[in-house]
Amino acid sequence: MRFRAKIVDLACLNHFSRIINTIAKLAKTCILRLTVCKLYFILSDKVANGGASMWCELSQGNFFDEFQMEGVAAEHNEIYLELVPENLSRALKTSQSAKAVKMKLTNKHSPCLRVAVELPSLSSSSRIVTHDIPVGVIPRRMWNDFREPSVPDFDVSIYLPVLKTMKSVVERMKNLSNFIVIEANLSGEMNLKIETDLVSVTTHFKDLGNPPWASEDGCQSSAQGRDLESMTEACIDIKKLQQLLAGQQVNPTKALCNIVHKRIVHFILLHEEVSLQYFIPAIS
Amino acid sequence: MPLSAQPPASGERYALSASLDNARHLSSLLRAVHFQDHATCLATASGLRVTVEDAKCIQANAFIQAEIFQEFSVQEESVMFRISLSVLLDCLTIFGTSSLPGTSTALRMCYRGYGYPLMLFLEEGGVVTVCKINTQEPDELLDFDFCSTKVVNKIILQSEGLREAFAELDMTSEVLQITMSPDKPYFRLSTFGNAGSAHLDYPRDSDLMEAFHCSQTQTNRYKISLLKPSTKALALSCKVSIRTDAQGFLSLQYMIRNEDGQICFVEYYCCPDENITEAEL
Repeated sequence: MRFRAKIVDLACLNHFSRIINTIAKLAKTCILRLTVCKLYFILSDKVANGGASMWCELSQGNFFDEFQMEGVAAEHNEIYLELVPENLSRALKTSQSAKAVKMKLTNKHSPCLRVAVELPSLSSSSRIVTHDIPVGVIPRRMWNDFREPSVPDFDVSIYLPVLKTMKSVVERMKNLSNFIVIEANLSGEMNLKIETDLVSVTTHFKDLGNPPWASEDGCQSSAQGRDLESMTEACIDIKKLQQLLAGQQVNPTKALCNIVHKRIVHFILLHEEVSLQYFIPAIS
Repeated sequence: MPLSAQPPASGERYALSASLDNARHLSSLLRAVHFQDHATCLATASGLRVTVEDAKCIQANAFIQAEIFQEFSVQEESVMFRISLSVLLDCLTIFGTSSLPGTSTALRMCYRGYGYPLMLFLEEGGVVTVCKINTQEPDELLDFDFCSTKVVNKIILQSEGLREAFAELDMTSEVLQITMSPDKPYFRLSTFGNAGSAHLDYPRDSDLMEAFHCSQTQTNRYKISLLKPSTKALALSCKVSIRTDAQGFLSLQYMIRNEDGQICFVEYYCCPDENITEAEL
């Protein structure tokens, strides 16, 4: 099992740090899955913690100048590591002006992900800051726990409004209530609602557009023949939604959400070759 | 848009209905009196008064004159209700508190009458928010009976002069002592804290002093914890009028200019802490 990678380009490095920061805001610990082409950050939260899950996928070629990895076995050429993303985020904090960042899987006393940040130096000798981040190697028999969640057979799929507006609305609503109802229809309308003994607040967004999903995945079929105006709704933990909106630094070019009536809300944030999916189960 | 999201037609009977192009004009003033969760609102033809009290010793009033609103109509002589100020502020600032140039939150506010909720319709960039805030039985408000004819001493200061003083107040002191006098030291703020006493004097001919009308020497103490919340209003204001009456009641009147140059007032009344005898001076 071997892993060694290097980022040289500053723009790639900053983009990579932003993604790690986002993940650190969403998950205390997560799984880093490495394959030949891709990196995955995976969170599958226990039901007791609210059961939110995350799936973040990036192509290594868009970030890394060197990327070598050898999995546990030739036929299973992958590595699954458990780590605290906050540690990685902190290690990358010094990298804002770095010349290069090297990452390497080491096993001196215990398995570690070594992050070596090479900083610019005025003299001929280089300055290198090294962080050893403890990781847990996930044995193969447990890999099945971290499979990609299937896109749920949603009732409505809708583009999200400007995230800054949505963040501000959700933040105020969080002061007022612990739960939020998200509802949307197939005419590009979405409402955010809270209701307590003191106050009820509804924010109406319109003209958002509904993404065209290919009919081959069968999702569209369930939507066909349905009333375009009727609302599909799910009530979720407002803190989870607020975390996603406040923590995301992905600056997505596309953001959308899929709602399974009273079951789950599935958020997808896309930025070039990065995709972040976040699942928040509904509270009945 | 669902029916519920449509602002009611102006023809409908509302005890109070008002609209405002920029909800920040209201929210920033309300924030200046937000030191307790609940506020009592009184709407009359002249405008809206929002009152917050604490410990039966301090009262803060924010006045938003009818002219500030684009539309302001009250069907009865006066309309009064109590409301959670924190909730009202969260609703008014639902689209954020930052003032990006060119964007403002438009507000329409309706209240059908006793027992009904206060309805807010807010709109920014095509996004509409509807809020229904439950109202409560209004409180009996304190009557400080502070009228201008009973004022003994009055000073008008530019707020920057008081801002610095309030920012540096020794919070270990239980009281703030205010001396106003036709003779030296004219206007003195004193604190008596763990590290010793501090006195701050403003000369009568200071540039900060806009007006000085003191007819007799008065020294009164006020609980610093009660006065501290008024710093929120002080921060927004351009001028402050400091007045005391014969019993030592204090009135702090803050003149606040909003982004559009309109002028509003926030007033704080505070009871004196105790009567100090001549011997203590």
